[in-house]
Amino acid sequence: MAGRWTAVGLRIAQSVPVVLGVVVISFLLTRALPGDPAVQFAGAAATPESIEQVRASLGLDKPLLQQFLIYCGDLLQGDLGQSVSTGRPVAEELASRLPASLELTLTALILSCAIAIPLGVLAATRPGSWVDQLCRLLVTAGVSLPTFFTGIVLIYVFYYLLGIAPSPLGRLDFIYLEPDPVTGFFLVDSALMGDWETWLGTLKQLILPAITLALFTLAPIARMTRAAMLAALSADYIRTARAAGLGRGKVLYGYAFRNALLPVVTTLGMVFSFVLGANVLVEKVFAWPGIGSYAVEALVVSDYAAVQGFVLCMALLFVLLNLAIDLAYSVIDPRFGTEAK
Amino acid sequence: MLSIKDLKVGFRTRRGEVEAVKGISFELAKGERLGIVGESGSGKSVTSYALMRILDAGGRIKAGEAVYSGVDLRRASERSMKALRGREISMIFQNPRAALNPIRKVGHQIEDVLRQHARATRADARQKAIAALEAVKIRDAEARYEAYPFELSGGMCQRVVIAIALACDPKLLIADEPTTGLDITTQKAVMDLVDDLVRARGMSSILITHDLGLAAQYCDRIVVMKDGAIVEAGAPGALFVRPSHAYTRKLVDATPRRGATLRSLLPEGERTALAPHRVSDDPLLEVRGLTKTYAGKSGPVHAVKRFDLTVRQGESVGLVGESGCGKSTTSAMLVRLMDASAGEILFRGTDLAAIPAAEFARHPLRPKIQMVFQDATDSLNPRHSARQSIAEPLKRMTGLSGAALTARVEELARLTGLPAHLLDRFPHQLSGGQKARVGIARAIAPEPDFLILDEPTAALDVSIQAVVLNLLADLRARLGMSYLFVSHDLNVVRLLCDRVVVMKGGEIVEVGPAERVMNDPASEYTRALLSAAPQAPAPATSASQAPAPATSTPQAPSAATPPAA
Amino acid sequence: MTVQADPPARSGTMGHVAYVLRENPVTALSFALFAFFLGSALFGPMLVPYDPLATEAAIALQPPSAAHWFGTDSLGRDVFSRVIVATRLDLVISVAAVALSFVVGSVLGAVAGYRGGWTDIILNRVLDTIMAFPLFVLAMGIVAALGNSVANIIYATAIINVPFYARLVRAEVNIRREAGFTQAAKLAGNSDARVVAFHIFPNALPPMMVQVSLNLGWAILNAAGLSFIGLGVRPPTPEWGIMVAEGANFIVSGEWWLALFPGLWLMLAVFTFNLMGDGLRDIVDPRRRT
Repeated sequence: MAGRWTAVGLRIAQSVPVVLGVVVISFLLTRALPGDPAVQFAGAAATPESIEQVRASLGLDKPLLQQFLIYCGDLLQGDLGQSVSTGRPVAEELASRLPASLELTLTALILSCAIAIPLGVLAATRPGSWVDQLCRLLVTAGVSLPTFFTGIVLIYVFYYLLGIAPSPLGRLDFIYLEPDPVTGFFLVDSALMGDWETWLGTLKQLILPAITLALFTLAPIARMTRAAMLAALSADYIRTARAAGLGRGKVLYGYAFRNALLPVVTTLGMVFSFVLGANVLVEKVFAWPGIGSYAVEALVVSDYAAVQGFVLCMALLFVLLNLAIDLAYSVIDPRFGTEAK
Repeated sequence: MLSIKDLKVGFRTRRGEVEAVKGISFELAKGERLGIVGESGSGKSVTSYALMRILDAGGRIKAGEAVYSGVDLRRASERSMKALRGREISMIFQNPRAALNPIRKVGHQIEDVLRQHARATRADARQKAIAALEAVKIRDAEARYEAYPFELSGGMCQRVVIAIALACDPKLLIADEPTTGLDITTQKAVMDLVDDLVRARGMSSILITHDLGLAAQYCDRIVVMKDGAIVEAGAPGALFVRPSHAYTRKLVDATPRRGATLRSLLPEGERTALAPHRVSDDPLLEVRGLTKTYAGKSGPVHAVKRFDLTVRQGESVGLVGESGCGKSTTSAMLVRLMDASAGEILFRGTDLAAIPAAEFARHPLRPKIQMVFQDATDSLNPRHSARQSIAEPLKRMTGLSGAALTARVEELARLTGLPAHLLDRFPHQLSGGQKARVGIARAIAPEPDFLILDEPTAALDVSIQAVVLNLLADLRARLGMSYLFVSHDLNVVRLLCDRVVVMKGGEIVEVGPAERVMNDPASEYTRALLSAAPQAPAPATSASQAPAPATSTPQAPSAATPPAA
Repeated sequence: MTVQADPPARSGTMGHVAYVLRENPVTALSFALFAFFLGSALFGPMLVPYDPLATEAAIALQPPSAAHWFGTDSLGRDVFSRVIVATRLDLVISVAAVALSFVVGSVLGAVAGYRGGWTDIILNRVLDTIMAFPLFVLAMGIVAALGNSVANIIYATAIINVPFYARLVRAEVNIRREAGFTQAAKLAGNSDARVVAFHIFPNALPPMMVQVSLNLGWAILNAAGLSFIGLGVRPPTPEWGIMVAEGANFIVSGEWWLALFPGLWLMLAVFTFNLMGDGLRDIVDPRRRT
């Protein structure tokens, strides 16, 4: 099907203007800083001379369009500027902290999909049953949970009261050695080394923040799965399948579930948006050394280059994830690209 | 083979259980082709779902028995029902595109059924599925095997549904409105195919339809249902010629057929004289070279090509064609909702095509050209009461207000036969026929000279259609409007129109007086359309009357046949 | 808000509302809770037993008692008074942000959905770009850039919510653009603007009411989240997010009441709005009841 490959290529091409838009917005955010950006970038202990020096080095004395082009040029070289507080390049710091954030986010997503999708399917196939009620309650309660608050409650219960969780300080207790970085994911790296003790230590640290994030994303996935499954089950083709004598398993999973998966996959895009946002809060609560807590620390000391670098990094990550979702969609749905969505 | 005794089906609703089927009994012999005919809400589809035990949630068989070849369908276990479905009893549905799994290749969908009933192994499933596709006369079955439903036409999808239903050689086929939504020529092809297959395999069949004519043509015996009960059963000939039940008679009368007149569609007691409508020689509307072109992916697409038409004052013209022939585009341009790509629309000498559609809303000629829409439900604002809907054009275009407005709205309701107490209801609280009346009242409110009727009865039951067609004829005689009646159904158009235009592929293929086109079509396409339409036998009373022209010819207006009653 | 001022479209609406409330006590509960929060916002500051800003070192970090129902914080301030007084600020932020995005999103969406063509394409590109950011992260970026203030929190929250309304209205307007009643309205002599404003838009209101109620909850979460990481509202102003953040420092030493009560209140407020969304949807669309 040549049409489909064209559609896939078109979808990839579509992310180009979006990336461009993202870059424009991040640029505008940098230049919209209150007061004189040069003063902000120069930091608290700046002298008039150093401010002028910063102004020139940032190119703030040039016209806006030229500034934008310089900004783009810097981006292409991977230069997001210098962090005022640590003095290191922002890009370098983000790169070193990104695996921690990704490991947390992905674990949480896998966890919540593993619970939410079966729950939604069960609720839809048994409307009115206790599973359905549980799903309804979880769905409504889940989106109401402020992640930072659930995190704190979990710490209080499992660390302070029960004492079964390790202290909520980072990815790995200091008694373990960090595994050799291959992927940057501690779970994967320690498994690669065969160091199961470290693997367990990593899991222990990971489990509470992952649950916190998963609880938050459970709701939209379960809700969408249930709705999509209900819609699919009442579709005409299910009646055809039943009238043809197909078995319940085939009707439910072969026909209804595969169709129901389409809107669920679409919802995942929104869920990623939530999860990347909530990630920031959870990292702060659990002192997780990812890019979210880096941004929060930078905010406290008004380290704007770091914050804007973080925003841009998150946006690019999200664009990439959305692209991945749409490509996954194109695999499931044969109609992809043949009609206006 | 199938025996149903006193079958009752109920649905749980919030107001308690509602009985959809109220104790029906009938038998079906081996090889027999039974038709179940009824209007919407008669319980005809529910009956078939009950037999297959695939009722929606909340529905159940309350009482009675249904026995198929010794199997009690009411008490059989789910496991034995599963073995029965598809292998003994199969079903095909309306809206074939939705009846197929949209993301599964059609060949695989057939394989699923074959594998389920152990009619094929992994090795030979593909070959048997292709054979099943060939059995329903799908050309190039090997390639179609790989197709997804969205890549096939509606008629082709229905063939696939039939292939699925017949893959395991069932003994009974239930067809639930199998041709609703298909074009008339496709309808004929699909019905002929089903009929051939059923006969060739010696199967029994149940055809569920709202169309008496279709049932008469394809069934050995017909059961007529109303409100969940059977009112009459018998062979089609007898049923049509001498209907014994009043409801059957009404249904038979209302079914448009060759030789019928507008008034003869109504129940006998209501056939008052039809006042003649006057057609003058002055042209009201002259359309010259009307063209609509869209930019398509591979070059421009001509939706309408050089459409010419003259409509005289008081004249009614029918515009007939299948879906996609350009009739809707043409009417949208004529009513000034869409800009034409080229051509002129002279309305009493003023070229309306020169005025952009977006500005025409404020034009002084706006009230003079109005339209009655196809779907009365869709064309009424769900948040406006009937009164608000009818008052809207009056407020905007005639400046009426207060008591004068109320009086005028009530007058229009009276004219269109809408009881005044319904005026404050919202669309969802009105029946289909009542909504159609609101739509007509709204269209005639600004006293138009030219009224476009866009399939105004397509969504209505035949008995309501008969009433609405007669209402339109009465209004025309009284108010002297010209009509452009857009429809896919030549039999209906003929009743109301002086002249008929037949369109195909955006072009006019035939124009002529209605009777001439019906009786002596000049073009091949018109002939195909006419022969595809199912023909109902005429009822006894009408048959005994001399067939009379439905309406006057343009030059010599004349009264319709005086009513018998 | 215009949504509530909308007259009931069907004469049977009241009966249906009564049915939904009777059938679904949860919905009734959510409306009662909403009344409670509204009361707290309007009259809370007058009724609370202590000044929410008054510090008293002698009674710092006391657990809940008869005198201080929710205990006291590290500066000896009464947590109960602070939680109740914070209601007004949190509600004002979310209501203002949602109202702003409702109006802007509706206008943009209606124009794009009705006009189609380039207007539609450009709007979609802009919305795509906004949605290309994880929304909370974009809100962080905006507040960080514009400066720490309540007004900027409102603007940031409004901006990230605009796409939801714009897309919803666009879709609703788009499917009705060619509807029969739209064409009938044009035949009745209505200009395009009138058709959109008086015939199409009112029909988009029911799904939007649900969106409004869900978004209110979401806006509160968003504002509290921003305060939690130190953006927007500044101490010592009582606000749920800040209070949870302050309380978080004491959780590992066992002083649970500092974070628990503001967190619970926040959760309850969001929960209320979300439940109302379900109830409203049930009222608007009875088909969703299975």
